[in-house]
Amino acid sequence: MPKDSGIGASTKRREDMRFLTGAGNYTDDINLAGQAYVHFLRSDVAHGTLKNVDTSAAAAMPGVVRIFTSSDFDGVGGIPCGWQVTSKDGNVMQEPTHPILATGKVRHVGEMIAAVVADTPEQARDAAEAIVLDIDELPAMVDMKAALADGATKVHDDLNDNLCYDWGFVEENREAVDKAMSEAAHVTSLELVNNRLVANPMEPRVAVGDYARHSDESTLYTTSQNPHVIRLLMGAFVLGIPEHKLRVVAPDVGGGFGTKIFHYAEEAFCTFAAKACNRPVKWTSSRSEAFISDAHGRDHVTKIELALDADNNFTALRCLTHANMGAYLSTFAPSVPTWLHGTLLAGNYRTPLIYTNVKAVFTNTVPVDAYRGAGRPEATFQLERVIDKAARELGVDPVDLRRQNFIREFPYATPVAVEYDTGDYDATMDKMLELADRDGFDARRKASEAKGKLRGFGVNCFIEACGIAPSNLVGQLGARAGLYESATVRVNATGGLVVMTGSHSHGQGHETTFPQVVAEMIGIDADQVEIVHGDTARTPMGMGTYGSRSIAVGGSAMVRATEKIINKTKKIAAHLLEAAEADIELKDGAFSVAGTDKSVTWGEVTLAAYVPHNYPLEDIEPGLEETAFYDPSNFTYPAGAYACEVEVDPDTGTVTIERFVSADDFGNVINPMIVEGQVHGGIAQGIGQALLENCSYDENGQLLSASYMDYTMPRADNLPHMEHYTVDHSCQTPCTHNPLGVKGCGEAGAIGSPPTVINAIIDALQSGGHKVDHIDMPATPDRVWAAMQ
Amino acid sequence: MYNFGFEKPGTVADAVAALGAEDAQALGGGQTLIPTLKQRLASPTTLVSLTGIAEMRGVCTGDDGALCVGGATTHATVAAEAGAYPALAATAAHIGDPAVRNRGTIGGSLANNDPSACYPAAALASGATIVTNTREIAADDYFQGMFTTALDEGEIITEVRFPVPEAAHYEKFVQPASRFALVGVFVAKYADGVRVAITGASNDGVFRWSEAEAALSSNFSADALDGLSLPSDDMISDLHGTAAYRAHLCGVMTKRAVAQAS
Repeated sequence: MPKDSGIGASTKRREDMRFLTGAGNYTDDINLAGQAYVHFLRSDVAHGTLKNVDTSAAAAMPGVVRIFTSSDFDGVGGIPCGWQVTSKDGNVMQEPTHPILATGKVRHVGEMIAAVVADTPEQARDAAEAIVLDIDELPAMVDMKAALADGATKVHDDLNDNLCYDWGFVEENREAVDKAMSEAAHVTSLELVNNRLVANPMEPRVAVGDYARHSDESTLYTTSQNPHVIRLLMGAFVLGIPEHKLRVVAPDVGGGFGTKIFHYAEEAFCTFAAKACNRPVKWTSSRSEAFISDAHGRDHVTKIELALDADNNFTALRCLTHANMGAYLSTFAPSVPTWLHGTLLAGNYRTPLIYTNVKAVFTNTVPVDAYRGAGRPEATFQLERVIDKAARELGVDPVDLRRQNFIREFPYATPVAVEYDTGDYDATMDKMLELADRDGFDARRKASEAKGKLRGFGVNCFIEACGIAPSNLVGQLGARAGLYESATVRVNATGGLVVMTGSHSHGQGHETTFPQVVAEMIGIDADQVEIVHGDTARTPMGMGTYGSRSIAVGGSAMVRATEKIINKTKKIAAHLLEAAEADIELKDGAFSVAGTDKSVTWGEVTLAAYVPHNYPLEDIEPGLEETAFYDPSNFTYPAGAYACEVEVDPDTGTVTIERFVSADDFGNVINPMIVEGQVHGGIAQGIGQALLENCSYDENGQLLSASYMDYTMPRADNLPHMEHYTVDHSCQTPCTHNPLGVKGCGEAGAIGSPPTVINAIIDALQSGGHKVDHIDMPATPDRVWAAMQ
Repeated sequence: MYNFGFEKPGTVADAVAALGAEDAQALGGGQTLIPTLKQRLASPTTLVSLTGIAEMRGVCTGDDGALCVGGATTHATVAAEAGAYPALAATAAHIGDPAVRNRGTIGGSLANNDPSACYPAAALASGATIVTNTREIAADDYFQGMFTTALDEGEIITEVRFPVPEAAHYEKFVQPASRFALVGVFVAKYADGVRVAITGASNDGVFRWSEAEAALSSNFSADALDGLSLPSDDMISDLHGTAAYRAHLCGVMTKRAVAQAS
């Protein structure tokens, strides 16, 4: 019987009533008295010397409050980068200054040059059009290899070249990997592109800055996944505002997918301008601005080689990647192609020797940073594509080749610095094959062929490192932050609770799942528990939500704080019941003395904590509020096996996804309905990457896919019919090192699905006699057709 | 968008008068013009809405049997009421999405002559007559290249007359993002011959494929097209398809249109 409450229950999302009835409070819903509006004048050239910005005519336009250019930010810090990567030669990465408004040069289309603050958005935009720019265009660096060529135009004149870093991992293994490659019975090699993507959350970014002159306090309302991180970065490194004078609020946020992790110049501008103008200043991104100012994702170009012995055991893996950083380093950009990518290259397999080299490159494009999966989809795509290619070259079943090389003993220390605590890859593979009805595939292929279509079956296995992350470890790896999480549990006198969490929900449903956990621990109704998040003034210092970390890290902090509450209430109950604390049991919201019928309710105990007439004041303080910070001892390692069946129309190259199956191991699951929704969304984005989404620049650095007229988002009719679209999470090997045994589910779908789709397309094309062993994403009809010619 | 004046005349004569003002611009359903204004890429002084003109709305059958569609008739209305010409109704039913179909008009689409729009293919393949406030223009004379037509400044499409064919079909291969036609082929079989018009593919906008017409006029079957192909020289090449791919799709979509013509 499925549970109807607590851990494991598919409780309906309590936040949906608010969202579906238009009662959400998004940043754009925040309008402050006297608010002015900013319009940013953005560069329409990719690279150029900024010779002059003439604002004189614009300043005289109606409604203009003030126009800002780079000189207004003398003495203000640049936008900081939160992760430092060290090159294989021991030098730290080249780290350019990232000004709030373009200074001296413009370096990508969309970079902000000037900002007009006016009484209305229209007046601000009118005046921005009256600003006269004098820009000497420079050659745009778009292609990464061209940007690294000798004599290439430098994106940043004060750096040595366009190479941000040249990272080797594990450098000590490099020679052994080279040797294994040269001695291998078989080496499969593949060059591929992991296509650049635009995250496109439904809610574009918004920022509202406010300043209270009487108290010298600044407040920023912003569309962020991590308000405390923004407060620390912006306060300490950009504007020089101490935390106690700076509040950052991220209210309801309509999707992030990574792109709302980062500290953006628009946020610093609105906070700065509110003080400078002594008026609240608001910016609401248009969708067009989002395309050229939200951090993009992916954009790797890779050569990968897999060595096998005569028995088809994997003996070594070598990966050479160029990773596009864009024009500046976004907050966590350096970590994505390195520590979030290189450490995942073992996948689900016992490959003993792995080496990866990553060259990160500055180009005249929008900065690139984490997008759903962040490094792990890139690792999975190349690994699972090269394994599939190897299987086809060797004439072995792709499933059998994977199984033969599976890791089966846990904990397992990979050669790439991480230790998997638990897993069962045969179980997810078995479950996937059962759900996908692989045995019936031949009949389905024949039916497709009878219609003149090609049909393919693709599989994929993956592992991800989630629940980021142990602070001491990431500190050694270059993180300039800790990656713990926090929770304060405040119990009110009449027994209700408020959990103030450092995690942030922007679609994940924390307001539903977090109370399920606390309610089960205490034995009360989940309606008794309220979740507060997204406000630095109301929650303890927390690191926010990304990397599938909320329940694994934030949830663990909440469990620890709740345990402290339970320990204290047991002391109070023991006092009230005149019993030994060790004999007190908490069950179904009541404390009882073991072996007796004496009991006291949860509410009586919480009331006693605030009305301590009969209370052990000599032993414990009154009140009932506890805080915990949880720093994980390891990553969590969700894993899964996916299957996809496609039909290809050989006349047009059109690919349709006929069936899709995911079998995930997320460890314990709090709310199955929400988990399935997360996987559905992740797979939709993965299918979007595999078939549709293509962020593309021309050679002049102009974004070709700058609107929904050219950037293809996945739509309902691009996904398989629900009848043949199964997401399963019944294989569960609980995480061994966090209290809930959870692993995280937010990114799995986006990591596991792209190679599954491409593997299926290759299977289909080869079944039709086409000698195609790879096709780059997105596998659009014209690319598939061209590959068949 | 920039500020503009707004007129909504009730007669063609009043509309023509209003369009006489300097930099006035006719507004049909606004499905292209309004986004253009929102991006500040156009700055008309006055928008003259044509959707309030009763005589320009609706679908009827003319004395000669032609299907007559008022210039301000929405795609949704054509989809619902052009049953006398099923292939035209089906074409209208698949333009854009419901919001577009409830606002967009046939006159607006033909006046704009987007190289990827559906209606130009229907009008050209049908040998339609474009009726304006001043004259009647044969479709063969009307389409003059991408976003270019025979219309004069201030001239209004009041009606479009479609001779009803014996059999017809429009086959569209959509551009995946915009879902405009990457290549759309309208085939119409008349007693005196077959007409084939292709949209989405050419740098010159909608065009007739005369070789296919000749082949199909003597044998109206997909097989008749075997061995025929279009050169890719003047085809559009962009993010969504190379010129060679579009040229190839012209053949595939024409065959499919013939196979499904009814």
